[in-house]
Amino acid sequence: MAEILVLVEHSGGEVKKITSELLTAAARLGEPAAVVVGTPGTAGKLSDRLAAYGAAKVYVAESDQVNQFLTEPSVGVLAELVGSVQPAAVLIAASPDGKEIAGKLAVRTGSGLLSDAVDLAEDGTATHSVFGGSYLAKSKATTPVAVITIRAGAIEPVCSPGAAVEQSIEVPVVRAGTAAKIVERRSVEGGDRPELTEASVVVSGGRGVGSADNFAIVEKLADSLGAAVGASRAAVDSGFYPHQFQVGQTGKTVAPQLYVALGISGAIQHRAGMQTSKTIIAVNKDPEAPIFEIADFGVVGDLFTIAPQLTEAVAKRKG
Amino acid sequence: MSGVTFQWDRGLLVGNLGGMNIVVLIKQVPDTWSERRLADSDHTLDRASADVVLDEINERAVEEALKIKEAGGGEVTVVTMGPARATEAIRKALSMGADSAVHLTDEGLHGSCAVQTATALAKVIGTVGAVDLIIAGNEATDGTMGAIPAMVADVLGLPELTHARKVTVEAGTVTVERETDDGVTVLQADLPAVVSVNEKINEPRYPSFKGIMAAKKKPVRTLSLVDAGLAGSDVGLAAATSTVIESAPRPPRSAGQVVTDDGDGAAQLVEYLIAQKLI
Ligand SMILES: Cc1cc2nc3c(=O)[nH]c(=O)nc-3n(C[C@H](O)[C@H](O)[C@H](O)COP(=O)(O)OP(=O)(O)OC[C@H]3O[C@@H](n4cnc5c(N)ncnc54)[C@H](O)[C@@H]3O)c2cc1C
Ligand SMILES: Nc1ncnc2c1ncn2[C@@H]1O[C@H](COP(=O)(O)O)[C@@H](O)[C@H]1O
Repeated sequence: MAEILVLVEHSGGEVKKITSELLTAAARLGEPAAVVVGTPGTAGKLSDRLAAYGAAKVYVAESDQVNQFLTEPSVGVLAELVGSVQPAAVLIAASPDGKEIAGKLAVRTGSGLLSDAVDLAEDGTATHSVFGGSYLAKSKATTPVAVITIRAGAIEPVCSPGAAVEQSIEVPVVRAGTAAKIVERRSVEGGDRPELTEASVVVSGGRGVGSADNFAIVEKLADSLGAAVGASRAAVDSGFYPHQFQVGQTGKTVAPQLYVALGISGAIQHRAGMQTSKTIIAVNKDPEAPIFEIADFGVVGDLFTIAPQLTEAVAKRKG
Repeated sequence: MSGVTFQWDRGLLVGNLGGMNIVVLIKQVPDTWSERRLADSDHTLDRASADVVLDEINERAVEEALKIKEAGGGEVTVVTMGPARATEAIRKALSMGADSAVHLTDEGLHGSCAVQTATALAKVIGTVGAVDLIIAGNEATDGTMGAIPAMVADVLGLPELTHARKVTVEAGTVTVERETDDGVTVLQADLPAVVSVNEKINEPRYPSFKGIMAAKKKPVRTLSLVDAGLAGSDVGLAAATSTVIESAPRPPRSAGQVVTDDGDGAAQLVEYLIAQKLI
């Protein structure tokens, strides 16, 4: 059975959830082999989780150089492995870094690139949700190796123990002038809320929220529901909420069980990032707002009245 | 006052006499406001049926190039690969203030995959001469690959500094603030380099009347595959490294229940959520 390489996403010594999703997808195509690229001592902390989700092998590529460059060490390691183990596919998270790594790997190995898959079949056919979820398309690589990025949250991870046999490999030295150096990292404190693209409930606020201070109303409802907070572009542009929480065409794509839109009109570009949510709730004082066209339940009313009442009701039910 | 003069001149120290030679990669895309479709026949983007525009993110890329040029002098060339109709997108960029354009257009490009697109764009950039900086959008609104800038950089053997919300060019070095979920990463590389910008980078200017008139006289070089030094087997659907084999529109979502709040709106909403087992 051909190996399927999975680039492990990790931070702070922990495997990110998307990695278990990638391993699960990999098992459909062949034998999952996890690839850990990190500073020395990284893989040891990750191997239990990787074994639990079916990694038969773990390629360990550790070097201090990994911290100095963003994507180049991963691309170098994966390109070497594509040459030496001839996997049928390489699976990578469809994150900004992942998309970049995948693109460069496809160039370097002359492989077909399948981007942002929401499903993956045994024969390597990827399903994509395009134009903000208004189309479904299926694609396939025509090359021996397929490089596939997979959207977070699209594949249900399945526990299935693997041997996780470790094998050390070299991180190729980055050639001078071919990669940008990392000069400084300012990480965002994650906070206690779930990640936007991983959350099963998302509560978003739009221009109707009115101010950055008022976003506390959105946050309170989100916290009562254990939800992530999102925002429309108008809310971000008005400085109410940071850019990384923008949902839509040029922001995040989310597909939670429950999406609550507060004071969001529902412009086509906003819908592009949330219309595949399972259930959509909208609160808007304008009965003509297009968000009601796609909402499963809508309340025409003032968000400053409805949201706090809802927060209270949810808190009460929790006891 | 000499310190001030130094600040002023710093931009000019960058390139050679003419300042920076900047290429901006632009793409014409279906307007996000319009209904976007894939063609029934070969599942490629149906460019004919949609209203098309210069992708907004590319307006920002052009804006950034113009700012760098205005600070230190130089030349801004927009490069696109796309159908004949993409001249409209080119005109927009030229009317904003770009100096000239190169347009790779050929029947043979239809259905090209990402790897072929990156290879072809790299070839076209090669025809522009000694380029200091290549600026692109971080992600196109049609294909949302978010990969072409890095791929072009890889073909050219150049560093890529992507998702920039801030770009600084100084003395042959480019520094960007890269913004993603992980926070902000400051990246730095020697020129030449490829930069992609995010939507927080700037507000693109509107073309002035003067700009629109001037754009009509600006040089647009149209290249065929042969002109660009590409073979038919380098690009196009038949030789693509990936193909779309099937596509179908998703059934549109239908509207559900809408209630008007007369004091019990929240209560009704809570009932709904309980009935759906969502809370
Ligand atoms: C290329 C491109 C990309 C884009 N990408 C995105 C994107 O990624 N994400 C995105 O969101 N947008 C995006 N947009 C912008 C989009 O077109 C809209 O401008 C934006 O979504 C509007 O945000 P909004 O609904 O918060 O604001 P508005 O459209 O101004 O709507 C505010 C709503 O709040 C309601 N309201 C006001 N006060 C209250 C109250 N007290 N209680 C209840 N309701 C109230 C109003 O009735 C109104 O419907 C993009 C646009 C373009 C051209
Ligand atoms: N056909 C093309 N012609 C010119 N530039 C392109 C083309 N495709 C992509 N780009 C550039 O790459 C950026 C990111 O696109 P993508 O990686 O396809 O999401 C775009 O904003 C453009 O700057």
